[in-house]
Amino acid sequence: MTQLKSKGISLENLKSNFEEVHEGLNNQEAMEEANRCLYCYDAPCIKACPTSIDIPKFIKKIASGNLKGSATTIMSSNPVGATCARVCPTEELCEGACVLNHSTEPILIGDLQRFATDWAIKNEQLLFKPGEKNGMKVAVVGGGPAGLSAARELARFGYEVTIFEAEAEAGGLDTYGIVSFRLPQDISRWEVDQVRQMDVEIRTNTRVGTDVTFQELSEQYDSIVLTIGMGNVPMLGIEGEDLNGVHDAIEFVKSTKSGPVTEELLGKNVVVIGAGNTAIDAATCAARKGAADVKIVYRRTVKEMTAYDFEYDFAKQDNVEFNWLTQPIEIIGDETNQVTHLKCVKMALGEPDADGRRRAAPVEGSEFVMEADAVIKAIGQTRYSDLIEGFGLDHEGGVVKVDPESLQTSNSKVFAAGDVIFAKGQGEAMVVTAAQQGKEVAMAIHKQLAPAPTAAM
Amino acid sequence: MADLSLNLAGIKSPNPFWLASAPPTNSGYQVQRAFEAGWGGAVWKTLGEPILNVTSRFAAVGFNGQKVAGFNNIELITDRPLEVNLREIYETKKRFPNHAIIASLMVEPTQEKWHEIVKRVEEVGVDGLELNFGCPHGMAERGMGAASGQVPELVEKQTMWAKEVAETPVIVKLTPNITDITFTAQAAVNGGADAVSMINTINSLAGVDIDTWDTIPNVAGKGAHGGYCGPAVKPIALNMVAECARHPKINVPISGMGGVSSWREAVEFMLMGATGVQVCTAAMHHGFSIVEDMKDGLNNYLDEKGIDSVMDLVGKSVEKYSDWGNLDLNHQIVAKINNDVCINCNKCHIACEDTSHQCIDMLKDDNGNDILKVREEDCVGCNLCSIVCPVDGAIDMVDYANGKPPMTWNERQAAIGAASSCEVDLIK
Repeated sequence: MTQLKSKGISLENLKSNFEEVHEGLNNQEAMEEANRCLYCYDAPCIKACPTSIDIPKFIKKIASGNLKGSATTIMSSNPVGATCARVCPTEELCEGACVLNHSTEPILIGDLQRFATDWAIKNEQLLFKPGEKNGMKVAVVGGGPAGLSAARELARFGYEVTIFEAEAEAGGLDTYGIVSFRLPQDISRWEVDQVRQMDVEIRTNTRVGTDVTFQELSEQYDSIVLTIGMGNVPMLGIEGEDLNGVHDAIEFVKSTKSGPVTEELLGKNVVVIGAGNTAIDAATCAARKGAADVKIVYRRTVKEMTAYDFEYDFAKQDNVEFNWLTQPIEIIGDETNQVTHLKCVKMALGEPDADGRRRAAPVEGSEFVMEADAVIKAIGQTRYSDLIEGFGLDHEGGVVKVDPESLQTSNSKVFAAGDVIFAKGQGEAMVVTAAQQGKEVAMAIHKQLAPAPTAAM
Repeated sequence: MADLSLNLAGIKSPNPFWLASAPPTNSGYQVQRAFEAGWGGAVWKTLGEPILNVTSRFAAVGFNGQKVAGFNNIELITDRPLEVNLREIYETKKRFPNHAIIASLMVEPTQEKWHEIVKRVEEVGVDGLELNFGCPHGMAERGMGAASGQVPELVEKQTMWAKEVAETPVIVKLTPNITDITFTAQAAVNGGADAVSMINTINSLAGVDIDTWDTIPNVAGKGAHGGYCGPAVKPIALNMVAECARHPKINVPISGMGGVSSWREAVEFMLMGATGVQVCTAAMHHGFSIVEDMKDGLNNYLDEKGIDSVMDLVGKSVEKYSDWGNLDLNHQIVAKINNDVCINCNKCHIACEDTSHQCIDMLKDDNGNDILKVREEDCVGCNLCSIVCPVDGAIDMVDYANGKPPMTWNERQAAIGAASSCEVDLIK
């Protein structure tokens, strides 16, 4: 895994803080790295990739100068392969499985994947063509990575696909949720465009359940793919959550990816609650917006934190301070309803709970107060339970129940993929997993509808 | 500290590393820099009638991102007047009396021309002469270089002409662009050569630009064959040296060259019969300073082996080189995979499965770990798996006791012949 190296934070030019941190390989670095790949047979990196990208093949193509072929190999297996090149926890996936871990250093697979897909982006390559139309229609609800992946595959199979996207742009978390200094929006936009150019119609600003009903979808489409992801951060359930200066981390990160970088946090004290991927994103965004002091408070310890090690390291480079075993109990404001402080209590760890993480309990009399001009909540994401119920699908706390093989829901015409089926304790909510599930859903639908074979297959 | 000094047919140098006749030895300035850097000798870039050169002149072949695996040139012999070269040779020899300066020579194949140049060059005090019968491009089109070096009679005759007047040792430099180099080597010996040197460069076209479709290199869009050298040619050169070294009628010292990049290749060439080596491409790639490790590495190697003088290396492996018919048909080795070292890239498996004898299985051990195992009864001991293996020590080729007595093809044929001559003639 290429470690993210902060180049420091500019207080004069906040915009520059949101430019991509990691520069990627230059041509010579890519060639040298590609030539270092052993081209294993039955390579473990392929098995470690949730989307089974033929990694030795795409690397060999870089080495031979066949960059179009390389990008096609990547994107064929993973319709959001350019995004994954940047955001995958590669040290836990492909690079972690590289046989060279046992002799020298693993191949920089993520960086090579980025090199090939960057070439395709820069050279405006259209890598795939839609299959010959088979006369059937599929609605994809939600244009994030899972939805895009399903749509791309269905279009290749010859289906007429419509994506219903609530936001102004498709791409989901890739477009709005992953910080731009790790994943610039243009990367996600290119992936969306690759799907759009497969004759997939993308209806943005269209919220299913409001702008179009489930009934209508059910009547107009042969199959429906539900890839709505997850919602905003839930309430903490403590006093002061409605004060000015209290933010939802998802919304906060999204604001840094939509419109100009604003200066309201310049020189301020910011406290982020939580220690997952989104908490790190929110904390580093706050630091990069010029906050003087950014603290993360987390009621457990570094061991239970769900953020990746490289994210933790990166946050520390941005001078984010981590306060372990610290539970917020009240957000305190002034007479203008502006946040001024966060009241916390120290915690102690007890026995492991249902997810295997040790339960934390407050230490009596340890309450204390920290200064805070802004409080950002990052304690997970809510579920679109109302929408799921509106569809009449079986679910468990907003997690849609699916057949593990076909990803079919309790409604035989509806399939689900991505975060909407992601339940605690079932792997990790990664972009690459969503992409794979999107492919699986497309295959399951194709199997179910079983149209006559098309030439383009 | 071993004695690195060399004596090739009477030509002495402080170490066995000479710069070959080539661009690095074009001028006194360069040769003096080389001697300062530690080179033991230099074969001055070929003297003759000054020629005209073209631009561009060089091209290289890379491999898997590595630069200059092979090198190709279309530069000709010296383009400077003979008087200038002779003056600089004189000055250089005066400054470095203990270093070997050998003048490479090429003239039209007439007795008069050879006599003339040998005399003029020896006047300024060279340690030896090297007759360039190898340059494959340009000069060959004018009947010199490889054109005369490919005709044994011309090699013999010109060697003789040079020897008629030469007072210093005469080395004949041979071209590899010939079916069997021992023919021309014998011709040189018959002509009285004191030594032979090999190989000159191999006819080559470095490449074609797949965008412009021009040759590489090209001169205003047109190309011509050049001479190939560098690391890629070492095995070809080493074989030619070895074939000459083991030839009973080629009993003069050999100056070896072709792909010598470090002390290791120098040791290989010397073991195969070369008395010292000549180097060009490695110096062109990295500069003269590479000679420091050549000497240091060679010295450490000799010390480690307990060898006092580098001259003691010469020819030590020659008797181990023979004809295929003398190889033991019954000797058997098999591959052995050390799974504790193996990193499971499976390259051995697929190489064997697709392109050799299908005897490496991908299995699981008792703990469910991936392992690779050779079915020894099917292994032909070809070495391919150990060649493609990226990890040192993961695959050993080990002796396999099959209980059969040694038997070469020649012995087998002789035995069959002896048996059949008693009864019937099998051919009829």
